Amino acid sequence: MTAQTTRRTVEAVWRIESAKLIGALLRLVRDVGLAEDLAQEALVAAMERWSESGIPDNPGAWLMTTAKNRALDEMRRRKMVERKHERIESETSAVAQVDIESALDDDVGDDLLRLMLIACHPVLSKEARVALTLRLLGGLTTEEIARAFLAPEPTIAQRIVRAKRTLAEARVPFEVPRGAGLSARLSSVLEVVYLVFNEGYAATKGDEWTRPTLCEEALRLGRILAERAPLEAEVHGLVALMELQASRLRARVGPSGEPILLRDQDRSRWDQLLVHRGLAALARAESLDEPLGPYALQAAIAACHARAPTAAETDWTRIVAIYDALVEVTQSPIVELNRAVAVSMAFGAEAALELVDAIVDEPALAAYHLLPSVRGDLLAKLGRDDEARAEFERAAKLAQNSRERELLLARVRACSTKSS
Amino acid sequence: MKVMVFVPGDAKSEAGAMPTDDLVGKMMKFNEELVRAGVMLAGDGLTPTSNAKRVRFSGTQRTVIDGPFTESKEIVAGYWIWQVKSMEEAVEWLKRAPFDGGVEVTIRPIFEPEDFGKTLSPELRAKGERLRAEVERQRQS
Repeated sequence: MTAQTTRRTVEAVWRIESAKLIGALLRLVRDVGLAEDLAQEALVAAMERWSESGIPDNPGAWLMTTAKNRALDEMRRRKMVERKHERIESETSAVAQVDIESALDDDVGDDLLRLMLIACHPVLSKEARVALTLRLLGGLTTEEIARAFLAPEPTIAQRIVRAKRTLAEARVPFEVPRGAGLSARLSSVLEVVYLVFNEGYAATKGDEWTRPTLCEEALRLGRILAERAPLEAEVHGLVALMELQASRLRARVGPSGEPILLRDQDRSRWDQLLVHRGLAALARAESLDEPLGPYALQAAIAACHARAPTAAETDWTRIVAIYDALVEVTQSPIVELNRAVAVSMAFGAEAALELVDAIVDEPALAAYHLLPSVRGDLLAKLGRDDEARAEFERAAKLAQNSRERELLLARVRACSTKSS
Repeated sequence: MKVMVFVPGDAKSEAGAMPTDDLVGKMMKFNEELVRAGVMLAGDGLTPTSNAKRVRFSGTQRTVIDGPFTESKEIVAGYWIWQVKSMEEAVEWLKRAPFDGGVEVTIRPIFEPEDFGKTLSPELRAKGERLRAEVERQRQS
């Protein structure tokens, strides 16, 4: 086996095992930084050993045993420091060994969940949570994370080091909470996972590598979570939302990288496997018999699109009904604006314009170019071209993206020709 | 990337013999591990080819052939679809599967949309461009 094949195999094993390894070590040493260091040391040892003797039959167990022994050494060393003047009896270390072994073998299924909750602890900034999650749970290297977020590698490295320090200093509890406590903590995890997904989904910059990697990573984390916290409806809601959105990945960008709107997409290119998985995850969220949260509701809207064979067959009345619930849950003016768009599709521009007019003074939307853009579209549909043109002009001024600005200016011109 | 894993059948699976409880248990454990790792997207076992049919295409003619297809060298008895980061990761997962007895299981990468982008003929690409131009025109009118 050449050095390169060994390296690639070790990388693959690392991807499969690293989170499990770090999770088990964390339960033992209760320090994220130390747990990761120990796991990394085991990886380095593996790299050296396996390049000589070949990959063992059970590489995961090999890594676990090696890491276990290092943890044991480390804990002995720490105990030694603690009881500098006491004599350590051989029994003590024997007992410790038994404890550690049973602790490492006895994964009651909470290790990964605990690791996720800690990596996404609210004491950390959002950026730190994202970096730490990709590193500890995705097994991504600092270089890969930096590449995905178009940030310099030292910045990401710094971010991870600081995050670990913050966690150590804050002495965050390591117990996995239950019930309402778990839901509250999970919301932070879900936020991070969806952030990673969107970073990939919306990637307009960066190389081809970015988008699929981050989307797939987020989906994988979501699927792992769904197995660890099966009674949390929002976990299934988020998985459903990501599966359904990912099902459209290959239909939403044209050959020269230009975005294609939902209504114009070639639906035969939607990934039916992911559609199917998304609908199943949504059904799982709905079966849990609690009011649907924002992720499940967004997934329900995505499901309406997924079920429509053509854009014209979209069930807009149902989408409006789901938006009603979503507005109630989120209280977000942006959601209200989206709801107005759905209303225009279901009940016509006039009804929608009334809704938009009710939120025009919303401070949160003051600089939001889609507000005048939507309002202009509704006015144009009602034949009020002069007013529509003014709105499109305003929207073009606010738009950040040059492609979008061009489209809006084209609509300004269209209004001018019609009204003159 | 997504891969498809093909599990071959043998005389026993073709005879419709069910695997032993022990093997079923091991396979369930393996599948559970795949699901918990977020790797498994789909997977099923296939019934013997005595239940299968084939359709042969020749010009405008369609001929239906009933199974079993015992003459086939490679009968598929089951499949998985996995989401993995690399072929190496797929291999590492497959090594953990509870197979035995010299059976050879095949992993094949599934085409990604990017692969089509590269291999699309200039004609098809131009057709796509025209379609998009038309869509753009409709949007603006």
